Amino acid sequence: MIVSDRIQKDYQAGDVVVHALQGVTFEIEQASFVSFVGPSGSGKTTLLNLIGCLDKPSAGTLTVADTDIARLDRKESAAFRGRHLGFIFQDFNLIQVLTVHENIEYPLLMVQNVPAAERKSRIERLLAAVGMADQADKYPDQISGGQKQRVAIARALVTNPELVLADEPTANLDSATAYAVIELMKKMRDDLGTTFIFSTHDTKIVGEAEVIFRLEDGRLAAKEVKGGANHE
Amino acid sequence: MSNLFKIAVRNLLRYKRRTLLTASLITIGVVFVLVFTSITGSFKTMMIGQITDSMLGHIQVHRKGYVASIDSLPLNLNFKPKAYQKISDVLGATPEIAAFSPRLKFGGMFSNFTETTNIRLNGIYPDREFQTVPLLTSRVTEGRKTLSRGEIMIPELLARGLKVKVGDPVVVVATNVDGSVNGKQFVVSGILESATGPGGRDGYLHIEDAAEVLRMPEVEVSEIAVRLKDFSRLPAAVRHLEGQLAGESNKEGRPLFEVHSWEQLSPFFNIARMIDVMTFFIKIMLIAIVLISIMNVMIMAVYERIREIGTIAAIGTLPGRILSMFVMEGFCLGVLGAFIGNLIGVAIVLVVNLIGIRFDFGQQKGLLLSASIQPSDLLVISVIVIVVAVLASLQPAFKASRMEPIEALRHV
Repeated sequence: MIVSDRIQKDYQAGDVVVHALQGVTFEIEQASFVSFVGPSGSGKTTLLNLIGCLDKPSAGTLTVADTDIARLDRKESAAFRGRHLGFIFQDFNLIQVLTVHENIEYPLLMVQNVPAAERKSRIERLLAAVGMADQADKYPDQISGGQKQRVAIARALVTNPELVLADEPTANLDSATAYAVIELMKKMRDDLGTTFIFSTHDTKIVGEAEVIFRLEDGRLAAKEVKGGANHE
Repeated sequence: MSNLFKIAVRNLLRYKRRTLLTASLITIGVVFVLVFTSITGSFKTMMIGQITDSMLGHIQVHRKGYVASIDSLPLNLNFKPKAYQKISDVLGATPEIAAFSPRLKFGGMFSNFTETTNIRLNGIYPDREFQTVPLLTSRVTEGRKTLSRGEIMIPELLARGLKVKVGDPVVVVATNVDGSVNGKQFVVSGILESATGPGGRDGYLHIEDAAEVLRMPEVEVSEIAVRLKDFSRLPAAVRHLEGQLAGESNKEGRPLFEVHSWEQLSPFFNIARMIDVMTFFIKIMLIAIVLISIMNVMIMAVYERIREIGTIAAIGTLPGRILSMFVMEGFCLGVLGAFIGNLIGVAIVLVVNLIGIRFDFGQQKGLLLSASIQPSDLLVISVIVIVVAVLASLQPAFKASRMEPIEALRHV
């Protein structure tokens, strides 16, 4: 699903070059439930941005769904994201003027141009799956944080992506809700076979991942596989 | 497209007060332009109608050089019967022409037997003249709206000055082309309201009486006034007549005839052009209002929704789609402003007509302003507003579509 070969990412911050990622190599299988963990500044978000085709590596090769993302131009990147990826954001990032139903519908309308009947069935199925069927007509400011993240999960999955990326999806939620959200993500992985990658620095939540990549100072410090061999 | 429209409307409703203010500004601009255009346009149309339909006609044909020396009404530049016949044949065969009227113009002395003054006179065939300048009879304030042999219509100022009334006998004395003087007695059949412009203070008599006063063995013609079926085809008709008459030349090879539209004969044309220039600048002001207000509101909209733009870009919305979303918002604002502006503009024009505003123009008093808005005006102004609204939203929309999702998502 994802093959990263010695990828680097450098930023220019004034006169200083920041090495956000330094030769990170890993592979992620299809339908994995993966977490990138590490302290703030370790490179988690940078790595998710690269996997999410929102940025390009300074060096190395990153292949996502058999596509070398460095070769994609701006428009191709957008199209690739629309076809293969789903995103869940820390702040939910729902569109305030659209209802829950319309927020989930948005990628189908504006990105994939899916016919109305199929849109309806997909949205209804996902609303039921994330437990928001009775909140479909509410606007984002009328629902709780946990509910917003459920809607965001449904929006990320509605396009049937191969991979969903979630950057700190539980950071703005209380621990009970955070667990519920992670459990929901895992359930969706089980039901749909979608690969989920999320970043977190919450040690309790990390334990829910099946594969954990620990990042430190832009380097991959360890890989832990639940029920399998761990690598330093 | 309908999805873009739906989202654009939702986004505009998100900031109701700002949307309302911007739409109001556009509405005020549209109303101002519509009312100004309709009132000045109606004034212009009315004045052009008065000038062409009560005096000048739409087009005039003269012998070459006549217009340059029209102040002296030269008799030696009249059309001889043969030349008139040629022109008459051409005019008769031109389908755009509704009517034409030959005139024999001359200057003379006018006397009520106790006082004498000078007068400019037009010898006409009454029926043909009234067909060519149908509003001429509307200028008759006293007497009959017809003219027979032995009768004369005189301008109001002259009648008042010499205390002449309808039915009074008067004498017209004129010098003919070879210098001798002749006079003839007439009965005043009508008093004409004076009008502003060339020919506005002329008297009228039958063309055969005029030829008799001037001792012409055959009726000669000084000018031919022409009325078109469709006034909007004036330039084409002038070109057509010029083309038809261009082949006629004298022995020296110089053209015999000249064709003038009313625009070349009346100083009011300059006022009409000024009205057009003012209307043009008012439209420029409208464009500026729409441009600045829409651009301002769209720049604000983009700035306030940077994170949202980052989100929709991240989930795969193509840059062109993002551009279209913001352009659609500008389009909707333009449509809203134009629509309400058109409604209010039409309502104000109706009220203006109900009130019945009257105005004076030169010698003409109490003209009733009849403001009207053509559907084409509504269409043109709406199209201008909508196109400018779309253009004004392009820059902010382009900026939104070019945003890097990562940077937009980081925006606080």
